[in-house]
Amino acid sequence: MSAILAVEKLSVSFDGFRAVDELDFSVEQNELRVVIGPNGAGKTTLLDMICGKTRPLAGSIRFKGRDLTSLSEHEIVRAGVGRKFQTPSTYEHLSVFENLEISYPRHRGVLGSLFFRRGPEVTERIREVAGEVFLSEQLEVTAGTLSHGQRQWLEIGMLLMQDPELLLLDEPVAGMTSRERQRTGELLLRISRNRSVVVIEHDMDFVKSIASKVTVLHQGKLLSEGPLEQVQCDERVIEVYLGH
Amino acid sequence: MPRLLARNAEAVGYVVLAVILLVAFPLGLDPFRLNLVSKYLAFAFVAVGVVLSWGYGGILSLGQGIFFGLGGYFMAMFLKLEASAPELPDFMVWSSTEVLPWWWEPYHHLWFTLLSVVLVPCAVAFPLAYAPFKKRLGGVYFAIVTLALALTAMVMLVGQQGYTGGANGITDFRSLLGWDITTDRAKLFLYLGEVVLLFAVMGAATFVLRSRLGKILVAIRDSEDRVRFSGYDTALFKAFAFTTGAVFASLGGALYSVQVGLITPTLVGVVASVEMVIYAAVGGRTSVVGAVYGALLVGFARSVISENLATLWLFFVGGLFMFVVLVMPNGLAGLPAQLASRRRRAEAPTRLPVDA
Repeated sequence: MSAILAVEKLSVSFDGFRAVDELDFSVEQNELRVVIGPNGAGKTTLLDMICGKTRPLAGSIRFKGRDLTSLSEHEIVRAGVGRKFQTPSTYEHLSVFENLEISYPRHRGVLGSLFFRRGPEVTERIREVAGEVFLSEQLEVTAGTLSHGQRQWLEIGMLLMQDPELLLLDEPVAGMTSRERQRTGELLLRISRNRSVVVIEHDMDFVKSIASKVTVLHQGKLLSEGPLEQVQCDERVIEVYLGH
Repeated sequence: MPRLLARNAEAVGYVVLAVILLVAFPLGLDPFRLNLVSKYLAFAFVAVGVVLSWGYGGILSLGQGIFFGLGGYFMAMFLKLEASAPELPDFMVWSSTEVLPWWWEPYHHLWFTLLSVVLVPCAVAFPLAYAPFKKRLGGVYFAIVTLALALTAMVMLVGQQGYTGGANGITDFRSLLGWDITTDRAKLFLYLGEVVLLFAVMGAATFVLRSRLGKILVAIRDSEDRVRFSGYDTALFKAFAFTTGAVFASLGGALYSVQVGLITPTLVGVVASVEMVIYAAVGGRTSVVGAVYGALLVGFARSVISENLATLWLFFVGGLFMFVVLVMPNGLAGLPAQLASRRRRAEAPTRLPVDA
């Protein structure tokens, strides 16, 4: 296995506050990685920098050997990186079907989208993905009326439509019922079979159910990394989580 | 019943509009009033454009008069050259301009005039929108920039009297390619031609809005970041919506010059530009057909009020805008749906409003 994502000496600060500080971080092909850490550890900022939402101050982000720091957001997406936000963001005035359709990774230019005609392969792909994220019955429903958990799934589905090689998920089970969490865990394990997935999560039980390897961040730095059991025994991690 | 109406409102709106414009008005109105309708319809082109750029693209422009003026002045230049040939246009003589400015020369040709009516607004609107949206400038700033540009354009037109006719604008044209356009018969033909072109523009707008691109515009309004992170260059789409709206406005301006027989800087200025947004707001900013009704209704109201109480017009416009924004945010076109949902809510009083 080789690293699909390699972050080196990455730093960024906001108003003098170092949110991420000389961080090294790498993800293997087809790996499911969970990033944990207390509030303000820099988890979301790390994802923001990988997907181009925030520009790093220093350091490099290499995805399949290509430097992402100089690309704009849509170019990073086209390179194969998908990002899910902390609060589910879907298009509430459009149906589930249309939400997924917009994420279909073709015809993303102005003219291409103007003259786009939906072929059977697109419809088929939309149905397939809707099935994967448990929304087969809701295809015609307006996204704004879905439950919170369903919107989380829809956004994951929108990312799957893009078929990214690296998927960045920021708290995908926030606001979900325990049944929904369990199904989401299964979903993540399934989709990480043929792509790399980075998940930020707070819920330790959920982490336990999915994680092979955990990265702990603290104050913008790497605190510990390894299998969950090992990390949980790490004194520095206990110190950070249980306080002084 | 209201719900059924809400579902078919669009189709009903089109049919009724076609009957009114193609049958009722030509048969029922005297030539003077029909010519007034031609004038309102010229603004309807702008309103349809505003639906695209504001209603769907989320870009509020308070400078649509600039594009209306581009089309209007290009057309007027052509007509004026024809009217004054072989002499210089009269206003140039009065301002002691002795030779025709070089950039007036090509407007001896109708084909060049028509091309510039379509292409110049593109060349102006696209960079004007793309650059700020690429830099993530907020919508409010864009509105202010366009407002300032409308003001600037008006001041410039007034100031360059020798080239633009100054505050009086360009007036007094009587013929189009040798065809007398001042007769009632010619005006009727022009009116019908304008209606046909308006329906073509409405068709084009509907085509855009129903395409994948239209859905992407709605998606951008809902969550621009999500669209960006689905691999789209959102600034490009917003600029496209704005540019299309600008071209429609320019077409309206060109027709205005032909129908009304003059173009003046007031039509480019701030008040005119804001009025153009109000047409769409009254009709319904997400409804193509609604915008045309809005332009007609506000146009009529304008004529009635300014014929009787000229000074009150501006207060009326301001009041109308506030009323629409506060009470019926989706304008006339949104009224059936609004009533239907109010009724639904009344039927099921225990259910909480979704996004109150």
